[in-house]
Amino acid sequence: MLRFIVRRVVGMVFVLFAVSILVFVIFNVIPNSPPAQRLAGKNATPQLVKSIEEEWGFDESLPKQYVTMMKKVFTNELISYSPRVSVEDRIVEGIPATLSLSIGAGVLWLVFGMLLGYLSAIRAGGKLDKFLTGLAVAGISIPVFLLAPVLLYFLTYKLEIFPNSGYVSLTEEPLSWAEHLILPWFTVAVLSIGFYSRVLRSNMLDVMNEDYVRTARAKGLSERRVMTRHVLRNSLIPIVTLFGLDFGATVAGTAIITEYIFGIEGVGLYAAEAIKKLELPPIMGVTLYGAFFVVFFNALVDIAYAYLDPRVRLGTSAQ
Amino acid sequence: MAIDPQPEAAIPAGGPGAPLSAPAGTGTADRGPWRIAYERFVRNRLALAFLALFVLIVLFVLAAPLWAHNVAETGPDQTHTVEKLHVNGEVREVVTPEGLPIGPQWFEAGGKFFLGADSRLGRDEMVRLMYGGRTSLFIGVVSGLITTIVAVVLGLMAGYFKGWVDTVIARTLDVLWSLPVLLFGIALGVSLAVSGLKIGPLELSAGSIWVPIFVISVFTVPYVARPIRGQVLALGEKEFVEAAIAQGAGPLRVMFAEILPNLASTIIVFFTLNIANNMLFEAALSFLGAGVQPPNSSWGTMISIGEELLTTQPLLAIIPGLMIMLTVLSLNIVGDGLRDALDPRSKVRLEARAGIAEPEGAAV
Repeated sequence: MLRFIVRRVVGMVFVLFAVSILVFVIFNVIPNSPPAQRLAGKNATPQLVKSIEEEWGFDESLPKQYVTMMKKVFTNELISYSPRVSVEDRIVEGIPATLSLSIGAGVLWLVFGMLLGYLSAIRAGGKLDKFLTGLAVAGISIPVFLLAPVLLYFLTYKLEIFPNSGYVSLTEEPLSWAEHLILPWFTVAVLSIGFYSRVLRSNMLDVMNEDYVRTARAKGLSERRVMTRHVLRNSLIPIVTLFGLDFGATVAGTAIITEYIFGIEGVGLYAAEAIKKLELPPIMGVTLYGAFFVVFFNALVDIAYAYLDPRVRLGTSAQ
Repeated sequence: MAIDPQPEAAIPAGGPGAPLSAPAGTGTADRGPWRIAYERFVRNRLALAFLALFVLIVLFVLAAPLWAHNVAETGPDQTHTVEKLHVNGEVREVVTPEGLPIGPQWFEAGGKFFLGADSRLGRDEMVRLMYGGRTSLFIGVVSGLITTIVAVVLGLMAGYFKGWVDTVIARTLDVLWSLPVLLFGIALGVSLAVSGLKIGPLELSAGSIWVPIFVISVFTVPYVARPIRGQVLALGEKEFVEAAIAQGAGPLRVMFAEILPNLASTIIVFFTLNIANNMLFEAALSFLGAGVQPPNSSWGTMISIGEELLTTQPLLAIIPGLMIMLTVLSLNIVGDGLRDALDPRSKVRLEARAGIAEPEGAAV
């Protein structure tokens, strides 16, 4: 187990390094104009550009520039220049909203994905299965940027069931917090609910053919016990891995679009606003921190997974 | 499927599904593998229906100049801020003094402003929808082509040479694969949108639609290259490769003349699914402002413009979104149909019989 953890952590450090290099290359090396000009923004004064150039050491060698960039990022000195605001501060401010959205959506999609997948599998081929299959296909096919406007228009503007956009702190008003987040949670979760229910269904159908399931039935266990204790439990392993990958991708992906459309003041909305203004420092910060979070989270999931399932840490599938 | 001795490792050698689907004495020997695949595909009515839908969408988009010149009599970027329409004896302003655009006119104004105007600029939404679709489809197809070609070359090299070549390529792909794609797409997209790109002979100017094509291609390569590498590794062990090497064939010949034809069915399926995936990626980037830049427009940028008027003119955001969904859905279903026809042993078969599309192409 310790060997697995060490190997995984070394791998993680390597990927984190690669990520930071990639961010450096994207922002400071390949583009076709002076980097200080780009960081300063569209309407920057020549003095500002000059001071940024000195601050970031753009006249020095690339490795030195890389070190300067990383130092800035980790010492809270990454600043957006018009107006001068610390990028880290803004990201930290946005984290509660982003986590509220992502965790809530994650819980929603796991619970409903498993429920629908289970129902679909135990009724495989029947009417309920066909109905749920149709529902899942519809859910998988609707892109966020279609689902979100449709929900917002019909449920918020037309029927006025849900409050208009915004984020309310959980600690201040828990009820209002949930009320504001129901639609965004659903928006993020729909695709994954469809996907997970399909994966669980086909896993369960596979597991149902295993010998130990026949044994369990032969022992005289009730059908329900066979399904929950033997089939469902063994079908959940791939779901756990998938969830580890998807959750990170959601925080750093779908959540940006969802926060933007619903006006939730999280990290994603901050990034989206920076994109509209073509402001680079916030995007640099969000990309770096977002990627770090995803890589770190994946490593954590892998380790938890290896702890739960010894085959992973001993076998070849340890990537 | 549990009865199947090697459900996943099975790769049809010698062409799509040839030896697998031709049990002795069924009379398939005189028909080639492509012909068998074609017959299988034609029997799949769901895939055919969605292929027809995709063709309709392409025709719709291609008809853009016809509609623009003959019906709407305007261009996609032409503004109509002070124009008035005469409909059934009443006068309607294209843009009200408050800056609200006119709603859908359908055929009341002879096809002008069929879907209304897009914003306070008063551009014809229908014309923009058709031209924007051209951009979206063009980006999807071209980046799909680039991704596929690069992925096949990388996959062939990694799987054939093995050793350090494989280590470098496979590790790089692993890193790219584990990154949050949208975030890095945004980073590269915005960075290039500000200043363009110049690497050796490759030169992209800042506002060009080749910037999103480049961004999408870079970040979707791993999704295609990784499975192809796996297949090449498996094919490299086969006797026909050994035979070719024994006959003195060089690496290029083995890779492209011996191994590549065996990848044909995989490549076709991935190419189709990849276009769908790339169109979703493009829409997400453009929606956020990191993809297609004005004056160019795509369905993604149209949603983003329409979204600002969601309370009054919801169709402006919903219709381009629907178009993206229909296009992506039809490509995914056609892709799955192709997979079933070309490689009937692949895992998705069981699902497809129940009438479901394997979703991996849809999940960005």
